[in-house]
Amino acid sequence: MSALVRVEGLVKTFGSGEAATRVLRGLSLTLQAGELTALLGPSGSGKSTLLTILGTLMKPTAGSHSMLGTDLVAADDRALTLFRNLHIGFVFQFHNLLPDFTALENVVFPTAVREGRETAAARTRGRELLARMGLAERIDFPTANLSGGQKQRVAVARALMNRPELVLADEPTGNLDRAAAMQVMALISEINRDEGTTFLISTHDEKIASLCRRQVVVGDGVVTG
Amino acid sequence: MLYALKIAIRYLTASKAQTALLVLGVAVGVFIFVFMSALIGGLADFILSRTVGDISHVTIKAEDAEPAILISPEGHVLAVTEKGRMRTATLAEAATWIPLIEAVRGVVAVSPQITGAGFLTRGAQVAQVSVTGLEPGRESAILNLDGYMVEGAARLGSGLVVLGQRLADDLSLGLGQTLRLQSSGGVSTMLTLSGIFQTGNGMIDSSSVFVSLPTARTLFAMPQGVTRIEIKLADLNAADATALRIRGLTGLDVVPWTDGAEQLKEALNAQAQTGYFLKSFALITIVIGVASALLLSTYRRRPEIGIMRAMGAGRGFVVVVFVTQGALIGLLGGLMGAGLGYLALLPFPSREAFRPGTLPMDITQGSYGLAITLTVLGAILASILPARAAARVDPVTAISQ
Ligand SMILES: Nc1ncnc2c1ncn2[C@@H]1O[C@H](COP(=O)(O)OP(=O)(O)OP(=O)(O)O)[C@@H](O)[C@H]1O
Ligand SMILES: [Mg+2]
Repeated sequence: MSALVRVEGLVKTFGSGEAATRVLRGLSLTLQAGELTALLGPSGSGKSTLLTILGTLMKPTAGSHSMLGTDLVAADDRALTLFRNLHIGFVFQFHNLLPDFTALENVVFPTAVREGRETAAARTRGRELLARMGLAERIDFPTANLSGGQKQRVAVARALMNRPELVLADEPTGNLDRAAAMQVMALISEINRDEGTTFLISTHDEKIASLCRRQVVVGDGVVTG
Repeated sequence: MLYALKIAIRYLTASKAQTALLVLGVAVGVFIFVFMSALIGGLADFILSRTVGDISHVTIKAEDAEPAILISPEGHVLAVTEKGRMRTATLAEAATWIPLIEAVRGVVAVSPQITGAGFLTRGAQVAQVSVTGLEPGRESAILNLDGYMVEGAARLGSGLVVLGQRLADDLSLGLGQTLRLQSSGGVSTMLTLSGIFQTGNGMIDSSSVFVSLPTARTLFAMPQGVTRIEIKLADLNAADATALRIRGLTGLDVVPWTDGAEQLKEALNAQAQTGYFLKSFALITIVIGVASALLLSTYRRRPEIGIMRAMGAGRGFVVVVFVTQGALIGLLGGLMGAGLGYLALLPFPSREAFRPGTLPMDITQGSYGLAITLTVLGAILASILPARAAARVDPVTAISQ
């Protein structure tokens, strides 16, 4: 296995002066290609902050961040937008789907926004992904009418749409009951095994974390275990 | 950007009631714009047709011969030709000018005339009148005599005279009666009253008499030429340009109606300014309405914008989505407002069939295309601020809200 993502000496400070909050204090972490990793740590320890930086949605105050050999700290907004689109998938806890669009429209979004239109090829892939997530019957459903578990599975399908190397999931099962959470995790494990997609999943749930092959614990702004 | 268009349309159709209200608001603004255009345009035409519709739009006058002075190189006045007491200035070559003038673009009628002063006598009664000799067949070329006849006919011929109702009443004249017309030059002739008109213009109705051009030649001792040529144009507003063209063509003293009509022009101008003012307000209202509605929508959709940005949508894409929404609202509102404006103007009588007492709305002057274009441009302008706000949304805070 080779290193897919590497962060070193990552520092993130919010605010400045007296009110400054140092959330990450020199965190280093390497994710190997094909890993399925759980990100653990107490609330406020900086898990979401780390995922956001890894997802290129925010820049660190200090430290280095590279992925696929690209220095992502130096890149500008335009380059990062394209990089994100091609190489990184996201699953969030809330506000995951575009509410006025159907399940399929949500899934094909990452491809359509890059190509300027929804192509037939993109739709075919979107349908396949939804079928794989057990949502073949819900393809043209408005997302507002889906259950919480179904929404998260649509989000996973969308995260996979552009065949990214890395999928970042911030408490993807945080809002789901045990059965729905297990279903989502089973699908993630399956994709990880079959396609070799690298996953980093933050969670408070030991049971979920135990389904991942590697566990990373964050505390006091650094990796503690 | 087909995909941005799809998303813009989806956003607009997702909240149908809100979009419908917004479009309606824009449509009301456009409606006011169209209505004001039709009213101001119609009013201007109405006032113009009432004031200058019956007069010559471009007039060629015989130049009064200025006293000619012959001055020696040393500066002594050698000779002075005094201005003639009688009429000396004539358009002697009128016959050759007329076909030339008729060929000028925008000229609809040309009327060569001989004008002068005279006295009308019927029994013991005398009235001072202004005499106009018109070419038979062109009696109604400038002043629509035919349309104003209350008795008899406008047709002029040798020995016939047509005059106004007021003058006829003053002298107790009736059709077919004979009267004496004496010119200021002393020539007099007997004429038969063949028509009585009423134009509504007191001056014309009480002191103008019309005779045929040959009769006028006799009265004013003018065997050839005319004293003025009156010209009517298709477009009143082209008078200045057309006068210049005819002057260039003939070298004559050509005067457009606008000379000496400063007050009228000022009044029309003030009216047009009022129109621009009101139309500008309608547009500003549209811009503010669209901007505030879109700004609200930008705020409401912050999380979604964050998601789109996270999924790889660039700032430019977000801008296009919101500007497209603005453009679509402007287009729909513009079409709807222009359509409603047109429908609302339909019941108003046309320019030709206009009755006094109602608003002189001119449905052809609704400026529909301009209204729609300006509205779309205004709505696009209005959406730039919200679109930029949307593009600046930080995906991190938007998603974690
Ligand atoms: N934009 C911000 N401005 C200021 N402080 C912030 C900001 N974002 C996060 N923080 C602070 O950084 C710390 C870490 O937040 P973060 O969301 O990364 O924690 P977390 O590990 O994901 O917690 P949780 O398990 O509750 O989701 C918290 O104390 C939070 O208040
Ligand atoms: Mg978190």
